[in-house]
Amino acid sequence: MVEIARRIRIRERRTRNIGGGVSIPVVLFLVAAAIFLLVGSLVSPIFAQQTVAGLAQGAIFASLALSLVLIYRATEVINFAQGEMAMATTYFAYQLTLWHLSYWAAFFLALLTAFVFGAVVQVALIRPVQHSVIAVVIVTVGLFVLIDGLVTWKWGADLKFMPAPFGNQVYHIGSVAFSRQDLGTLLVTIVSVLLLWVLFKFTKLGLAMRAAALRPASAALVGVRVNRMLAIGWGLAAVLGAVAGLMTEPTVFLQPTMMQAVLLYAFAAAVLGGLESPAGAVIGGLALGVFLNLIGQYVGFATSELRLPIAFGVLLIVLLIKPHGLFGRRQVRRV
Amino acid sequence: MTRRFLVAVCVFLIAAGVVVLLPFQLDGYHEGLAAKVAIFFIAVLGLNILTGYTGQISIGHGAFMAIGGYTTAVMSHYHHTNLLLTLPLAFAISFAFGLIVGIPALRFSGVYLALVTFALAVSVPQFALKFSKFLGGSNGIQTSTTPTHLWLYVVSWTCAGILLLVAWLVLRGRTGRAFRSIRDSEIAAAASGVTLPIYKTLAFGISAAFAGVAGSLFVLATNGFAQPNEFGVFLSLEILVGAAVAGLGSLWGVLIGAIFIALLPTVSSSVPLIGSAHGQDVVFGLIVIAVMLILPTGFAGLLQRLRSLPGIRTVEKEG
Repeated sequence: MVEIARRIRIRERRTRNIGGGVSIPVVLFLVAAAIFLLVGSLVSPIFAQQTVAGLAQGAIFASLALSLVLIYRATEVINFAQGEMAMATTYFAYQLTLWHLSYWAAFFLALLTAFVFGAVVQVALIRPVQHSVIAVVIVTVGLFVLIDGLVTWKWGADLKFMPAPFGNQVYHIGSVAFSRQDLGTLLVTIVSVLLLWVLFKFTKLGLAMRAAALRPASAALVGVRVNRMLAIGWGLAAVLGAVAGLMTEPTVFLQPTMMQAVLLYAFAAAVLGGLESPAGAVIGGLALGVFLNLIGQYVGFATSELRLPIAFGVLLIVLLIKPHGLFGRRQVRRV
Repeated sequence: MTRRFLVAVCVFLIAAGVVVLLPFQLDGYHEGLAAKVAIFFIAVLGLNILTGYTGQISIGHGAFMAIGGYTTAVMSHYHHTNLLLTLPLAFAISFAFGLIVGIPALRFSGVYLALVTFALAVSVPQFALKFSKFLGGSNGIQTSTTPTHLWLYVVSWTCAGILLLVAWLVLRGRTGRAFRSIRDSEIAAAASGVTLPIYKTLAFGISAAFAGVAGSLFVLATNGFAQPNEFGVFLSLEILVGAAVAGLGSLWGVLIGAIFIALLPTVSSSVPLIGSAHGQDVVFGLIVIAVMLILPTGFAGLLQRLRSLPGIRTVEKEG
């Protein structure tokens, strides 16, 4: 009797954990940070400008981080080639604009291509080795080098320029100047993240994908085609990555190395939020973007060489306090 | 034990003989390449102790190599220390650094540990840029004397031999058993009296020390220059690829993994790919993917499979 009661309690705890591990201190901390940013922005125009620019940067980190999280949740692996796949798709969009397509036509066509690309990568390269995590990781490393080589071979390593998606205007509100570029980036990434959320939360396909990621065997038993769902998941992740790539292009321009730093920040953002949590990845990305911009503005020691170490220092501190990220759930270990 | 041990000794003697006789056949350039094999051998061996035997994933061994490399370069540049003396120094400093990294790493496992070590690999070279007055910035810092190819060959392979012996001695005894038990099940290991924190940090220390020696030899192999670019993320990934090709938890595979990553860039740049300098990356990536698709468990897995073929009967003792 006691044994049964204990089991039920454990199962309850487990299901509650899956729902999300948001703890009250974390929420309070985030609210405090938001209030700090708001007050600071009202007091100082430079602070406000840096915050908005940081949010735009952070939105890019967030979308790439989210694509990493999508793949991690489905297959428990980290895709090292995620940034390079995004870079390749951005080059494809560039090629389309060379063929006289308008920017936004090229944008959406590139997203479609990214979906196919991601799904094909999963089916052709990842599926054959998916039982071994280390083999999958090595394959993505190989893919990283391969894509880099192919892109450099086809388009060359020199800088390329695409038409500016949002123009170069600057809006003035009071004494604060917001660039249209930053606002546009923020808008596009937020919309794509929201669309993805709707897909996962409110559609049958999304439900099937969540089931396939969470309990592959049980999902297969109720008729979900697990393998197909995984391929679609990789496709969607590639689409999100492509959004990040296309939104990175206006600031660093087109070059084969454009996504490498972004990928590292996206790693940091994803781990910061907890690798299992999509909301965590988005908040982690935004927080990281704002934090790096503000610290670059106000702390003299934090020069651009230290941007990456600082990002990872923050990551290390957060992980030491919460080893599974801000929103991650504790792993239940079975002996 | 006896038959396998004899086979092992024979293979080892043959390998050692080849290594000793090889310089008589090679010119300077190829001696440099062969030295690179030894350097990667040491690094992959170190990673294998940590990942293959103790089950702690690291994708940041480039960082430990950077520590060792910069130790050699700084000591030689500022203090004109004998290059041979800098090697044990690099070993000691990287060992200490590995222990320090191992302590926070106790809190992480699996993919989180992998990403924290990755963060390390990304961050360490940046400090060379930040403190450019002392560490030379992006131009790097050079040792006061540069060794010849033959010197490098002899020293690297000697180090590789000594460290292989060290690894074998560590892994065959009580410590090795503790490492393997941690890999197989941390809870079971703790229950059987293995003090997890001590052995986990120790594994990190040893592994980092090996990588440190590899790093300082690596610096000597690039004309004595320690440069942040050389120790970038890609180096860490290369070592990881080497370890994966070698297969985890086997000392024999390490040599093949080391040969693979040391020679692949040279081999792949010699493949003519429509007259492009960047064909190298394409071939490199393709080969890495192909090897993983064909041998997902690396060469160690292949050896295992060969051993279990009917007709070859050996008694498996290790897990």
